Amino acid sequence: MLTPQDIDNLAALGRLALSEDEKTAIAKDLESILGYVSELSNAPAGQAADVYASTNVMREDGAPHEAGVHTEALLAEAPKREGGYLKVKQILGGGDNA
Amino acid sequence: MIDFSTLTIKAAHELIAKRELTSRALTEYYINAIAEKNADLNVYLEVFSDALGQADAADAAIAAGEPVMVLTGIPIAIKDNILIKGKKASSASKILGNYVGTYDATVVKKLKEQKAVLIGRVNMDEFAMGGSTENSAFGPTKNPVDPTRVPGGSSGGSAAAVAGDMALAALGSDTGGSIRQPASFCGVVGLKPTYGAVSRYGLMAMASSLDQIGPIVKSVDDAEIMFAALAGRDPLDSTSLASSAVASKAGPYVVGVPFDFLGEGLDPEVKANFEASLEKLKAKGHTVKEISLPALKYSLACYYVLMPAEASTNLARFDGVRYGALKEGANLLEDYLNSRGQGFGREVRRRIMLGTYVLSAGYYDAYYHKANDVRRLIAAEYRKAFETVDVIATPTAPSPAFKLGSKTSDPLQMYLEDIFTVPVNLAGVPAISVPSGKTAAGLPLGIQFTAPHFGEQLLFAIGRDIEHN
Repeated sequence: MLTPQDIDNLAALGRLALSEDEKTAIAKDLESILGYVSELSNAPAGQAADVYASTNVMREDGAPHEAGVHTEALLAEAPKREGGYLKVKQILGGGDNA
Repeated sequence: MIDFSTLTIKAAHELIAKRELTSRALTEYYINAIAEKNADLNVYLEVFSDALGQADAADAAIAAGEPVMVLTGIPIAIKDNILIKGKKASSASKILGNYVGTYDATVVKKLKEQKAVLIGRVNMDEFAMGGSTENSAFGPTKNPVDPTRVPGGSSGGSAAAVAGDMALAALGSDTGGSIRQPASFCGVVGLKPTYGAVSRYGLMAMASSLDQIGPIVKSVDDAEIMFAALAGRDPLDSTSLASSAVASKAGPYVVGVPFDFLGEGLDPEVKANFEASLEKLKAKGHTVKEISLPALKYSLACYYVLMPAEASTNLARFDGVRYGALKEGANLLEDYLNSRGQGFGREVRRRIMLGTYVLSAGYYDAYYHKANDVRRLIAAEYRKAFETVDVIATPTAPSPAFKLGSKTSDPLQMYLEDIFTVPVNLAGVPAISVPSGKTAAGLPLGIQFTAPHFGEQLLFAIGRDIEHN
């Protein structure tokens, strides 16, 4: 069973601000979905080998392109920027909104 | 006089190559159709202002004697989660705000190299999460066959664009059925290629071990044309593979049917139509063979662990800092909480919560680890089945297109729509949905064929046999 504290913890981990109404609704939805996926515990223990073994994909550890050629295009998408930087609120020093 | 409504890529290409049709005339036809229908159907989120310019450029290239490639001048709709440089891309989500693609997805680059016309971006379930296109931040798309019903999803805009004669072809993406199920609901053809066959570079990731890009088109021939245009290894997507096409084997084929998996929950008309399709295949000389895939009954449970786990991880990048919409709070943490809480829609928030749960300490083994075990089991069962059959057939979806709003209140009911399509993504194999007839009420139905890895040619061969019936 999911407690209200569980829902708060998940929302905090997922970085989601949820309304109280949604927390109640989502707890009910998750119960129902988790109830359904719990049938996995009835599946036979996994003895099957990986059908397609993963392989590492490597590339030369070089510069893929000239430094800075994409910077302006990418930073233009940022909600807040200062020069060549993304701008966020201060995280040290007591959370002052500097 | 050309009847545009019956055109396929193949037919349009022949006319364009013979100079009997211009890309401008074709593109204008679709732009007019969009102007006429889009207010009702809500298929396009944007028609690109340079669509006719692209068409003129294609026509000019042809006039200048440049080679006419099979997609030159062909108008194609693009799902809103695929990036085009300089165009908005929103994944039908508010959290992307006015995000503009900073580069071309590899599939877009390939279409541009052939001088295809990118006509516009089409609606979808937000971040490709849904089976009805009702989870869009920009309102639901309606099924052109019956506007009181959903077009399926998540590539509902792509399927509706093609079925509603608002594009000659469309790109979609398929994580658990998002190309095939809408194709089935709208009466068109949808192909989910082999995992790794088509580059996902420039596709907004939902569940990276499952996502594939593929075409939604009017005919199996067109699916083959689009697949040939899109496939290939791309160094920018390290999961993409060089094609190792299974030698295209001449028919007749052995068609495996997992009858034990088709039991409960199947609409009676879907069942009757599927059985009629099997008879048609037999009449064409193919053999129908019963197979057993006992682990398939766990595939939906497996999928609804792995997909949200991967999605919750992939969507961590949407934080209101680097791009998209920022909803400010008192501090940085509140910026994150508000941007994500308000920017993501309800279904996306639900899946992030679910994914976070199954990955959390104490539950990881019971859910995520177990689901990966079961996934291997499912893949092994497919591999074993393909030792004795060439392709596997099932209905594409357990029901025809349902009424708008009829499944929105119960997420689990919506998830059950994916029952026949999800196992294919888990195994990484290719599958196609081909129209197989209609219900008494005139709603389209589809049959799904699944082949071994890189067995797309088998899908096209058998798909044509159902299509030409």
